[in-house]
Amino acid sequence: MEVGLTQILFLSTALFFIGMYGFLTRRNLITMLMAVELMLNAVNINFIAFNKYLWGGKLDGVFFTIFIIAIAAAEAAVAIAIVINIYRNFGSIDAEDADSLKL
Amino acid sequence: MSAINIALIPLLPLASFLLLGLFGKKHFKESGGIIGTLSLMGSAGLSLFTAYNYFFVSGKVNGVYQQLEVLKIQWLEFVPGVSIDMGLLLDPISVMMLVVVTFISLMVHVYSLGYMKGEERFSVYYSFLSLFTFSMLGLVLSSNIFQIYMFWELVGVSSFLLIGFYFEKPSAVAASKKAFIVTRFADLGFLIGILILAFHAETLDFKILIQRLTDVSSPQLHSAIAGGLFGISALTWGVLLVFAGGAGKSAMMPFHIWLPDAMEGPTPVSALIHAATMVVAGVYLVARLFPVFAISCPGALEVVMYVGAASALFAAVIACTQTDIKRVLAYSTMSQIGYMMFALGVSGYGGENGLGFTASMFHLFTHAMFKALLFLGAGAVIHYVHSNEMGDMGGLRRKMPVTHFTFLIACLAIAGVPPFSGFFSKEEILTATFHSNKLVYGVALFTAGLTAFYMFRLYFSIFWKRDFVSHGQHGGHGEAPFTMKLPLVILGLLAMVTGFVPFSEFVSSDGAALHSEFHLTMAIAPVVFGLVGILIAFVMYKSESDLPARVSVAMRGLYKGAYHKFYIDELYLFVTKKIVFNLVGRPSAWIDKNVVNGLVDASGMFAQDSSEELSVWQSGKVQNYAFWFLVGAIGLVIAFVIL
Repeated sequence: MEVGLTQILFLSTALFFIGMYGFLTRRNLITMLMAVELMLNAVNINFIAFNKYLWGGKLDGVFFTIFIIAIAAAEAAVAIAIVINIYRNFGSIDAEDADSLKL
Repeated sequence: MSAINIALIPLLPLASFLLLGLFGKKHFKESGGIIGTLSLMGSAGLSLFTAYNYFFVSGKVNGVYQQLEVLKIQWLEFVPGVSIDMGLLLDPISVMMLVVVTFISLMVHVYSLGYMKGEERFSVYYSFLSLFTFSMLGLVLSSNIFQIYMFWELVGVSSFLLIGFYFEKPSAVAASKKAFIVTRFADLGFLIGILILAFHAETLDFKILIQRLTDVSSPQLHSAIAGGLFGISALTWGVLLVFAGGAGKSAMMPFHIWLPDAMEGPTPVSALIHAATMVVAGVYLVARLFPVFAISCPGALEVVMYVGAASALFAAVIACTQTDIKRVLAYSTMSQIGYMMFALGVSGYGGENGLGFTASMFHLFTHAMFKALLFLGAGAVIHYVHSNEMGDMGGLRRKMPVTHFTFLIACLAIAGVPPFSGFFSKEEILTATFHSNKLVYGVALFTAGLTAFYMFRLYFSIFWKRDFVSHGQHGGHGEAPFTMKLPLVILGLLAMVTGFVPFSEFVSSDGAALHSEFHLTMAIAPVVFGLVGILIAFVMYKSESDLPARVSVAMRGLYKGAYHKFYIDELYLFVTKKIVFNLVGRPSAWIDKNVVNGLVDASGMFAQDSSEELSVWQSGKVQNYAFWFLVGAIGLVIAFVIL
């Protein structure tokens, strides 16, 4: 069976919801960050797949993907800095403990 | 006759009020009385000068006294043509009132030097007296109906201040409140009346207003008669409401309840405000608008007549039973003002028909003298005895010869015994009434008898009856200081001679001299009634006996009713407390508390409750937010798919 667009979309959807599931259920901030990375990569796969199958010969989707990877790296850097600060303030990196957004 | 001279008459007391009111407590603690008295002396001198000038030099043109507007300043302009002015109006009645007010006020100022000596708030007292005198003079001189209203209210305020002068006494506070509220309530009618009259006459100015509302061919009079409510023309409503204001100030029924209580004030104040000047403001107001009453709405004048006659009789009956000497005098004042009112009521306009008008003003004039004298005499007695009750007095004629003698003169004057002043004015009133309304004439005659009776009941109870027993309170001082005796003597002399003033030459309804002859036949009846009243009082009260008690038992019902002032106060309390408070006050309080306040509370509660509900959603947990974000996204997707 040849791998086509459908199969790739199934893969990316699965990856996205695995990331979503991880984001909602894990309490560890680092794990949640990894889950977010999964979701971003699901999006990247979508871009590449659509670029290849629908707009062959063009590079727009690839550029988007490269940008997303760069932004994801920056985002990870910021997020990890936040996580370190949370650890300093609360003595844990559990999302449940950091609920002072509620006054 | 320069405007400055006349303007100074009210301005001098105003200056003394400002000086004493602002700096009196610090700088003029002792000398406040002298300053007030001196300013009043200036005013009185200027008034006499003005009166001389007006009556004998410049007031008369072709035998008719003119209304002179010596000063007119536009004060508040709303739109061109509609403005409130300030002016000074001179005509026979205002000049006569000028003299009466400044003179009585001067006497009271001098008297108070002795009476109020040593009072803690001596200079404050004098500043209030000056304020009152200023307002009263302003009222008298007002040239338009709105100006008179402003001074009218100022008079009410200064009366309030003076009644409540002893503010540490709860009864004085209650009395001052009562006086203010009752007269203020009546003034509401006055204000509405002013608005009605001014709306139809299209002016506030007395001269033009009277001219327009009495001229049959004027469009303003037609509009005033054409409009109306409940079958009564707007003009009649207007003058009746204005009269209601006058009735409030003059303590006519049914607004009389404040006057007896107002006796809580210092006695000289009662003499000035509640006997001679302020309480006749209502009479003055009716006299001021008299042409409108007499020519355009005789129906309203009839109301004035019946209210006056009823008040005169009613107050005289009550006065026979009271034991507080100042209250007897208060009811007597009310009765005499009733006299003046019905004298106006029976009068017509112009020429010989205007006899009642002249008689009313004459009685106002003579009454001011002898009633001020009576109050000042009563003040001297109270000063000596330290009590207001007749029961604590008796046999004072040897201890207080000057007071005794002047008081006797005043009693004879008010009882209408010739040749004292009251006799002449009463005779004129009765003559006018006799020719106009026989029923009122009967009432007036009977009242004259009652007046003589209760005045001599008072006189005998104070000065005869029993030997004076000192209660050891009066510290052994003499009768009264010189400053108190002097006004008594001056007023006593005036009470004897003012009857001989050819009053009708000067004051009449249309300004032309009225040549009223003295009718001997008309004089017989009131004198007989007066003498009979005096005789009965002599028999009952000359010496101690059980006769008064027996009489009061024999007339139990009437006596009890009169003693309790015919339960009018109770009726007012019943109407206000039980009916107004329960049927209007409480329901509106309930609506305010539950409906109005409830709505406000409900909106607050709603905001609070709903924010409490919503605040649950802000958990502070990032994953919660993400979850609901997801739910929202899925919801949107579903919505897009379905739609």
